[in-house]
Amino acid sequence: MISRAQRTPLSEWWWTVDRLLVGAILTLMLIGIVLLLAASPPVAIRLGIDPFHFVHKQALFLVPATVVMLGTSMLSPRAIRRLAMIVFFISLALVMATLVAGPEIKGAKRWLVLLGVNIQPSEFMKPAFVVLTAWAFSESGRRPEMPATMFAFAMLFTCIPLLILQPDFGQTVLLSVTWGALFFLAGLRWIWTLGFTGAAVAGIFGAYKFIPHVTSRLQRFLDPASGDTFQIDTSLESFMRGGWFGRGPGEGTVKRILPDSHTDFIYAVAAEEFGLILCLIILALFSFLVLRSLKHAMREQDAFARLAVSGLALLFGLQSAIAMAVSLYLMPSKGMTLPFVSYGGSSLISLALGMGMLIALTRKRPQARVDAEHAMPAFYAESAAR
Amino acid sequence: MKRLLASLRSFRFTEGGVSRQRIALLVLAFAAVHLVIAGRLVLIGMKSDPQVARRVTNPDMLTSTRPDILDREGKQLATDIQSAMLYAEPKKGVGYVDDAVDQLRTVFPDLDERELREKLSSKKGFVRLRREITAEQQHEVRKLGIPHVGFLQESKRVYPAANEASHVLGGVNVDSAGIAGIEKWIDSGGLADLHLAGFATGRSLSPVQLALDLDVQHAMRDELLKAQGEYQAKSMSGMVLDVRTGEILSMVSLPDYDPNKPGNPADLSRLNRLTTGVYEMGSTFKALTVAMALDSGKATLASRFDATAPLHYGRFTITDFHAQRRVLTVPEVFTYSSNIGAAKIALAVGVDGHKAFLKKMGQLDRLRTELPESAMPLVPKSWGEINTATISFGHGLAVAPLQAVMATAALVNGGLLIPPTFLKRSQAEAEKIAKRVIKPETSDKMRYLLRLNVEKGTAKRAEVEGYYVGGKTGTSEKVVHGRYSHEKLLTVFTGVFPCDAPQYLVLVMIDEPKNRGHSTAGLNAAPTTGQIIARIGPLLGVEPRHDLPPADQLLTVSQRVAN
Repeated sequence: MISRAQRTPLSEWWWTVDRLLVGAILTLMLIGIVLLLAASPPVAIRLGIDPFHFVHKQALFLVPATVVMLGTSMLSPRAIRRLAMIVFFISLALVMATLVAGPEIKGAKRWLVLLGVNIQPSEFMKPAFVVLTAWAFSESGRRPEMPATMFAFAMLFTCIPLLILQPDFGQTVLLSVTWGALFFLAGLRWIWTLGFTGAAVAGIFGAYKFIPHVTSRLQRFLDPASGDTFQIDTSLESFMRGGWFGRGPGEGTVKRILPDSHTDFIYAVAAEEFGLILCLIILALFSFLVLRSLKHAMREQDAFARLAVSGLALLFGLQSAIAMAVSLYLMPSKGMTLPFVSYGGSSLISLALGMGMLIALTRKRPQARVDAEHAMPAFYAESAAR
Repeated sequence: MKRLLASLRSFRFTEGGVSRQRIALLVLAFAAVHLVIAGRLVLIGMKSDPQVARRVTNPDMLTSTRPDILDREGKQLATDIQSAMLYAEPKKGVGYVDDAVDQLRTVFPDLDERELREKLSSKKGFVRLRREITAEQQHEVRKLGIPHVGFLQESKRVYPAANEASHVLGGVNVDSAGIAGIEKWIDSGGLADLHLAGFATGRSLSPVQLALDLDVQHAMRDELLKAQGEYQAKSMSGMVLDVRTGEILSMVSLPDYDPNKPGNPADLSRLNRLTTGVYEMGSTFKALTVAMALDSGKATLASRFDATAPLHYGRFTITDFHAQRRVLTVPEVFTYSSNIGAAKIALAVGVDGHKAFLKKMGQLDRLRTELPESAMPLVPKSWGEINTATISFGHGLAVAPLQAVMATAALVNGGLLIPPTFLKRSQAEAEKIAKRVIKPETSDKMRYLLRLNVEKGTAKRAEVEGYYVGGKTGTSEKVVHGRYSHEKLLTVFTGVFPCDAPQYLVLVMIDEPKNRGHSTAGLNAAPTTGQIIARIGPLLGVEPRHDLPPADQLLTVSQRVAN
């Protein structure tokens, strides 16, 4: 079928790509559609639109998403960097535009209507931001004359205020933590790592103290009796009701009262209708994707690819872990969609882009091997010196 | 610090093993987080119960479960029954509306066709089609197989005794929330746990046990209804109080209502006259006046007060109904119910002493019980001699009858003021919260006077053979358009039995008796009380005795000599 004998771009891709990663992502997308069939009609009915509106839209978005993911995964690391640069600056401009021209939905300005399509530019910013940060940190080692570290700081301090202004607390945390982790991976001294962690803890404490919305979320987590924990209670209840095997497709009732059953709490809907076993399978898929990507990163010789793969895996892993943990009441309520499973066009394309980059960077590359050979003497020298 | 900052500024990517080791740390961290999530899922799986009570999905469907209410013997006064309710979700579609209407009407021929069609063709998410359907009907409807038509178990509050205890129980609205009486008290945090348990299943709620005795309540209501017919009264009310514990064993206010049926809360029948109404209690107040004078030492049983001539205060004249026109002893003032005598006794104590005593007896403040309904007494703003003179015989101060009953109980129970309660209470608990208001000796004298009044005074018709009843009559003219009416009367009787060691107090209040021949309390309220005591005495386990001494022997020789 796809012969090793003939070198076409497709065959080259097929034989170098990590097919298991691609398979896991496609499986998640499939699960997402199935779960949306269960979770989204009640929401659509509440909004007074066609019950399968969200399913149709998500299915529609899966086509460009798959194209974007596979297309991106064929790119070379150099092309990935360029793509990230372009996407980053375009989305940065759009994020700024949302603050000026975006409609306010549920108290936040995150959306922009472009050519009749609702898009959330900050979603696209995430993978590009991670790739560029990884590039900056790796570059700081390769070309010490460039102010690469300063560039990384500049990016952080441009993006975070924009996200806070929206406001989007979830994305802010996601980006800051990923950025910090990349800095740490790049070899930040432990004392600084601890210092930044401390600053982050202080930041969260500050948010708790001074942002009323954050205060109430945290208080309700620490002391459920102090306020309305309706979403979390109902979410937990659906896990209890589902049991190991679930109540069966369409038999869920909790989804009718969960406001965000098709996005933030889709994991709970999965539990009620399809059971904890499916939840464990979903968890295993995420775990597989994250750990396998990190394993690739560990083996990777190229510094940029290693950092970028780690960063993208981290972004993906954090988001999925938070989404699952919140619906299981292991974390304070924080709206976070489950990657590839929850409804959301922008998020889907952005994830496809991010995972496409990850797949591209984890492909077996002859040049990586060449790089490694070049690097080899230095590596041996270092281990010899030890 | 400087060195640290410099190290940050000159940060360089560290080639080699460092980032690899740190990625390994990241791997460990993620593995740990994923294990925690998996652990949580497994834990939930192990204790999950697919039978977890279905949380209703629409606020329209909420009917919380309430605790049972029992009388003191454990008889049910209020309970929840579970019944199925038929609903439809038209928004999701019920197939062809015409077919659905026809099919449903084969099971429920009495459902209005037009209304049903309207409900089913609406775009609502939830419509209630019919409440309280039987299991058979459920089965029939299931066989019809109409999509999105279902059943919901809901609980309905039922009061088996219907009107019998309506004012005490109060009632609930369609959402099973208490709107009056004990039902409202249950909701208002009297039992906070119960409130929280609103979602729990009914059987886990422990019932609320009242002091009320359903048999006594029934006897009371029955006798009051008979008397209401006989005297053609506008309204009747009556209650029984255990003077030793303050428990309210019965409380009836006629007209009453059936709490099972929804009604207009502004309806007069919803008014509990004994707690929410305030009345000038008339001559029954003389008991308080006399007790005050005896307790303060300003008078003894042998003291004499001149009642030969009416008292004049400006344009007011105080006269006696049963005028004797001579000097009366204290027992004579009581048994002839002399207004002049009572006024003089009160004046002997003085305005301030009188005020302080009534305050101590709880007659000047709002009395609060478990029932959310209560009324503030009407106290004169400026209180001079004229006020003391009239209040001494129960005019010029309007109190809730329950309040007057509490004070009267203190006069006979040995001198302890016990806040009345609708809940069961033991004597020990009562003693803990009781407040001593008069000396035990004064209480003995009051028992003697009350008994004497039945043997020789205005209360002769309240006597029940063997129960040794004591009591005081009271007839007051109602205020109509700002002046006392000679036509519209309120007659009251406070009876106590057995008077040598009082256990129960019975209050009967007749509002506007129209039977002209029987207009005063001695002729209507007193005999009604007698009939009630004759009926409830055996129910309460009070044994009739036949070797009872005359009233005079209630006081010891020494007391009589001392007086």
